[in-house]
This record gives sequence, C-alpha cells and structure tokens, in this order.
Amino acid sequence: MSLGPSPKRAPRAAQEASSALYDIPGPKARARHLGYGIAASLALAALVAWVIHLLVDTGQFSYVKWRPFGYVGIQELLLRGLGNTLKAFALAAVLALALGAVLAAGRLSEHRPVRWVSTVLVEFFRAMPVLVMIFFVFVALEVQPLPALVTGLTLYNGSVLAEVFRSGVLSVDRGQREAAYALGMRKTQVMTYVLVPQAVRAMLPTIISQLVVALKDTSLGFLITYEEFLHAGRLIAINMDYTMPFIPVVIVVSAIYIGLCMLLSWFANWVARRERGNIKNEAVSVGPPEAAPTMPGAHP
Amino acid sequence: MRTPTPPSRTAPSGTGSSAGGPRVLGRGLVAAVLLAATAACGASGSPPARGPQPEQLPHYDVAEDFSLPSSPTWKSAHRRGELTVGVKEDQPGMGEKNPATGEYTGFDVEIAKMMAASLGFDPDKQIEYKAIASANRETALQNGQIDYYVGTYTINEGRKKLVGFAGPYYIAGQRLLVRRDEKQLKGPQDMAGRKICSAVGSTPLQRIQADHPRAVAVAYDSYAICVDNLLNHQVDAVTTDDTILLGYAAKDPERLKVVGKAFSEEPYGIGVPRQDRALARALDKALVARERSGDWKRAYDATLGLSGRPAPEPPRVDPALTR
Amino acid sequence: MDVLTENFSLYGEGFWGTVKLTVYSSLLALAVGVLMAGFRVAPVRALRVVGTTWVTVLRNTPLTLLFFAMLLGLPRFGVALPFELFAVLALGCYTSSFICEAVRSGINTVPVGQGEAARSLGMTFGQTLGAVVLPQAFRSVIAPIGSTLIALAKNSAIAGSFSVVELLSTYKTLSENGYSVVWSFVWIAVGYLILTLAISALFHAMERRWGVAR
Repeated sequence: MSLGPSPKRAPRAAQEASSALYDIPGPKARARHLGYGIAASLALAALVAWVIHLLVDTGQFSYVKWRPFGYVGIQELLLRGLGNTLKAFALAAVLALALGAVLAAGRLSEHRPVRWVSTVLVEFFRAMPVLVMIFFVFVALEVQPLPALVTGLTLYNGSVLAEVFRSGVLSVDRGQREAAYALGMRKTQVMTYVLVPQAVRAMLPTIISQLVVALKDTSLGFLITYEEFLHAGRLIAINMDYTMPFIPVVIVVSAIYIGLCMLLSWFANWVARRERGNIKNEAVSVGPPEAAPTMPGAHP
Repeated sequence: MRTPTPPSRTAPSGTGSSAGGPRVLGRGLVAAVLLAATAACGASGSPPARGPQPEQLPHYDVAEDFSLPSSPTWKSAHRRGELTVGVKEDQPGMGEKNPATGEYTGFDVEIAKMMAASLGFDPDKQIEYKAIASANRETALQNGQIDYYVGTYTINEGRKKLVGFAGPYYIAGQRLLVRRDEKQLKGPQDMAGRKICSAVGSTPLQRIQADHPRAVAVAYDSYAICVDNLLNHQVDAVTTDDTILLGYAAKDPERLKVVGKAFSEEPYGIGVPRQDRALARALDKALVARERSGDWKRAYDATLGLSGRPAPEPPRVDPALTR
Repeated sequence: MDVLTENFSLYGEGFWGTVKLTVYSSLLALAVGVLMAGFRVAPVRALRVVGTTWVTVLRNTPLTLLFFAMLLGLPRFGVALPFELFAVLALGCYTSSFICEAVRSGINTVPVGQGEAARSLGMTFGQTLGAVVLPQAFRSVIAPIGSTLIALAKNSAIAGSFSVVELLSTYKTLSENGYSVVWSFVWIAVGYLILTLAISALFHAMERRWGVAR
C-alpha cells in the first residue's frame, strides 16, 4: 500500500490530493478548478433546491405532518423501537464475539478434525446471506423473531470475526511467538498472554467496523416482524389520523439510524488512529477500519 | 418537562393533508426545531383521530367456568392466564394500532375480544395482541407465537393446508375506493385506462391484472400509500377487500367513498393452529352465540359501521372447516 | 430431493430473479461507484465533498432502511416503478459506495511516479486518470470488487421481502404447497452457493489473467 505523495516533498498536495493524480495546481489550474468548483456547487445547490421544492410543494413540512412527533406516546414508541434495535445489536455483538473467539481457536487448533470442522462452519456461514439464516431459523426452526434475528446475526458475524481474530493472531510478529516458546510457555499460554492481547489491540478497529455491520443488519428484523426501529417508524408513517407522514418519518428514522452507525464507524476510526501511534503495537500493524469486510459478506 | 402542544383545533381535521405552502412551511419548520430541542418531552395522549368516532365500544360478557381441556392451545393460554391474539396493526376499521397509546381498534379486534370473552378470558385484561403482517400469518400460527389470528384472513384452499379456520365471521368482497367527487368510476366496468392501485403481490392486484387488462394497475408497498396517492390525484382508485376500503373511507368521509358491487367473495375466518380442531369448534360455537345475542352487530356498528354502511347479515358459520 | 425435482421451474425462476438482480445492480454499482471514486480523487473540492458524502452516508445506511425509504418515500412524488427497479436502485446505490472505496484504494496503490510521468508528458487530469492510473488500479481492485459483488448477490435476498421474485422468497410458495421447509431451505442455500462460487471463480480467473501479485 502506497501512502501517496510523501509529506516532506509536497506538504500542500498531501492535504489536497491523496494520490499521484495531479501536481500542486498553479495559478491557471487553480482558476480553472475554481470554475469547476463553482459549477459543481451550483449544480449541487440546484439539486438540493429542487428536492426541497418538491418536499415543500407536496406539503411535507406542514405542521400536521410533524405533529405526531410532539406526542410522548409517539416518542416512546420510537424509543422502544430503537431500544429493541439496540437490544438485538447488543445480544448479537456479544454472542458473535464469543462465537468468533471459539471458531478462531478451532481454526488455529493443532487437531485436524477440530480445524476442519471450524473451517467448514466459518466458510459456510460467511457464504450464506444473513437473511437466509434468519429466515431459516424463524420459519423452519419456528422460533420467535428476536432469537431468530440474533441467531442469524451471531452465526454470520461470528464467522467473520473468527477470520478477523485468526488473521490478527497470525499477523503478530513471529519473534513474539518464538520468544514466548523459548521462555517455556505452553501453547495456551502463548496464545492468551502473548498473541491474543496484541492481536485484539491491532484488530480492534476492524472488530468495531464489523460490529457496525451487525448494527446495520439488525434492521433485517423488520422483515420478520421484530418490533424494531423501522417497524415503529412504519406504524407512524402509514397512519391516516396523522395524514400519513411518510417523508417526515423517513427523515427522522434515517437521521437517527445513520447517525448511530456513523458514530460507531467514527469510533472505529478513532481507535485505529490511536492504536497506530501506540508503542504496544510495534509487533503488529494496525490496519484502517475499512480493511475489514465492512460490506456484509465480503470475503476475498 | 411537558411543553404544551398547539391545540388541535387550529388544524382542520379531515381536510388538509396536501395543504402545503410557505405559511404552513414556516410553522412546520418551527415545529421540527422545537421537536429537536425538546427531545423527550411533548404532549401526552395521541394526535386527534379523524372521522366519526364510536360513542362507546360494546362490552362482552365473559363466559364463567369455561373449560376446553381438549384444546392444547386453550390449555396453555389458561395456564399463562392470558390469550395471545394475532391481529393487523395497519388497517383502519379492521385492526389498527394507535401508535401513541398502543391500543388496538377495529372490527377484527372486536371479534377477537368477543371470542376471548367466550373462551373465559377478560377481553380488557387478558389479551396480549401481536401485530402479524399478512406474509407471516401462517408462520406465526405454526410456531405458536399466537393462539388465534383475526385479521382480514380469507379462507382458501392453500391456507387450509397450513392452518385451521373457524368461521367465517364476515364475507368481504373486492371493491373500489375513489375520491368523493369521482363521477365516472362506478365499478369494475369503468376501469379501462384508469390507474387502479393495490398492494404489491396481493390477490386483488392479481385479479385486476388478470380480469381487467385495460385498467392500469399500480402497485405499492401498502394500501396506505395507495390511499395517499388517491387523495393526491396520482391514482384514480384503490382496490382491495371492501372492509379495508371502508376503514379508510370512515377516516375521511368528506373526500373518500367506496363504490360498486363486490367483484369477489372473501370469507374471513379466524386462523387457529392446524391440529387444534377443538379450539376451532369452540370458536365456531362462540361466533354463532355472539351473532344471536347481537354482539356481532354492535361490534360492526362501532367500527366499520362508522363509514355509514349498515351492517350486513352475518354469514353462516361453515362446519365443514372444523371437520 | 423431491423438493428440487418437483419444483425445478419455481427454483429456476427464483434463481434467475436473483441472477438478474445481481447483474443489473452490479452494473449500476460499478458505474456509480467508479464515478464517485473519480469525484473523491478530483482536484475540485465540491466534487470531493459530493463523493465523500455519498460514501459516508450510504456505507452507514442499513440496506433495509434504504428499501424502506425508497418504497415509502418515492411513491409520495408519484414515482410508480416496478419493484424490481426499486430493488436494483437500492442495491446498486448501496453497493456503489463500497465499489467506490475499493476503486479509490486501488488508485492509491498506483505508484506516484506513474502519475508524474503521465503529467510530464502533458496529460490532463482526465487522461492521467483514464489512460494511466485507472488501468493499473483496475488490476489491484479485481479481488476487492469481486468480494463486494459476492456480498451484493447475498444482499439481493432482501428484495424478496419486498415482493420481488428471487431465490429466498421461493420458500413461501413451497411451504404453501406443503413441502418440507428444511429441504426447501437446503436448496435455496445451494442456489446461493452456486451463485457466489460462480462470481468468485469469475473474479479469480480475472485476477489470474490481469491481477498483480501483492
């Protein structure tokens, strides 16, 4: 991975540009870029204005459409929905971390059958759409929506996290392991005292971004009638007593949902920046959080 | 902590869903900003309901010392001390949940309540409602999420293989919901070239596409979106079971009406777990008794009757369903 | 086994629906994604802002929410599209943000000297990007794009819950016809495996043909 222009050579370009695509602009280029910038900004402003006009024109900012949000009952409904979303997320996150640890240990095991079984499980659950697993648990195993959702999310994210843990452990500098063995530690000790602590530190950003995926996927509960955030929003949106405030609901729900996910993503980035400067990470390299399969199901 | 919300009087209920414009925009923005500022406080109760309201809901006598040991569903409900009933939450007039108060209202809900009363459960205290969408009804009955289901559930051959039915308790039919000022569109014969809206994947939509190819079928995710588009002149009619249409018409009788003869027959049944014949038979018996006592008509008058359409004769319960 | 042989056409229809969704959404995602990546590395600030916003927002949006917003929001403006198109739009836009990031990090792997050489030959930004940098970046983004598209194929299952004909939703018809739910799901799983393995094989072949050793 190259780092773009080195900061020593072109301090300004390092801010402006991220790659080898252009030089520090001269006066002419700057003027031209200014022109482009103005044109692009104008186009953007026009687009935004058009959307706002469309919204106003169809009465989306009218008082009656926003009135429901002023009622405690509605706020509680939304909060309850959000609470259910976060509950599913918390359960899935904890269980997925546990499952990930178990499967990673299995894949790193010295016993061939254990390794083989863990590998098959990890590969299978990563290759399946999460929704297929959720529906399978919900429909075929006949369980309630919340456990079905949590099970699906756990199996999928657990397998992805297993790979994250494993690659983290493998990426710890060889010398660390060799030194630990030389001190007479047993394999379990090498793992728990030397390799895992360093691997987890380095992999923390990746782990958190995988949890963002889990948070996003809790919205799949909407499809199996789990009464989560989207479900609460829909209930308000289609109510005729409230003049069916589709757009206000979409605005409110998206803002909160996307805000939550961005907060968690930002946290992952913050951790990555912090860990990269940490002396304890000399033996491992801390990747950017998006190095993980941030996309559900992405695996090379 | 509570900020007074502007009184509802200022907003004319029943007329202005599309009343946009700068004047209203200003107030809306102020309301939105206020909302953000007063994060967790606001008015109690719920925004005013639209359309005529029932003076009072009927009361059902609870059967005393009722026992049905041959029904596993009843037995486990009895042990828990409450019934879990599946209903719709998004169909005004039939089964609708008030988002602010969490209360369920509608004809289906009334049927669910009177059935609970006949099974020896207090309809006000011993029913837990579960909103189940159409797509998940069979699953919910099969995996025991609910004890029975009352929610515009048409009895048909395919479903009979998956669940049991009691009833029917109502015969609905597919009709058309149009704007009140609509002159030409009086029934399925006038649909050529007009935009007819229904829920995607629904039987009413498939019927329009198959039997009336000259009508322009429009499909949306839910009937509420169809009704919204009808009010905003994007479509010319909404079609589905008249029960659902009457529910919407009752919310805004000044702008909406249901027209035409029914062009299908949809016998609504109460869904029960497939193997529990004893429960289905008990519900059949209860339905007959409630129809005879006048409870059925009272329930209709307090819900769908608000649309102005008088109560029809209750259908005859079909004993073949529980055999 | 009976479930598959007796309902081969139903499964075929569902599988074909998933394939179509995947292909169309991939094309949309690749087009928008590359465009946005171009925006993100452009020397014009406004364009960079557009690209960055697009990526940040979409990457943090649950796909279900995107479907929800489109199906609830767009009809309000009289947009009545077939649901397949809604699904392609939602899937394509969502995936485009991941494609964009893959392409952008691919661009970053191209050595600075390549761009400098191109410019010293008098090439413009567009020429540098199109003729020198992107072709080289392409070689290193094959693998990440492949895994993004595999994820897209898997995500297309969500469309089934919004009334689009695809593989996962076949279970409903099968259970109505009284077939074993477990076996219906086994064949659905096999269908997805076939699709994801096919994409994976395709991209492995491309990688072998054009890829760079890393």
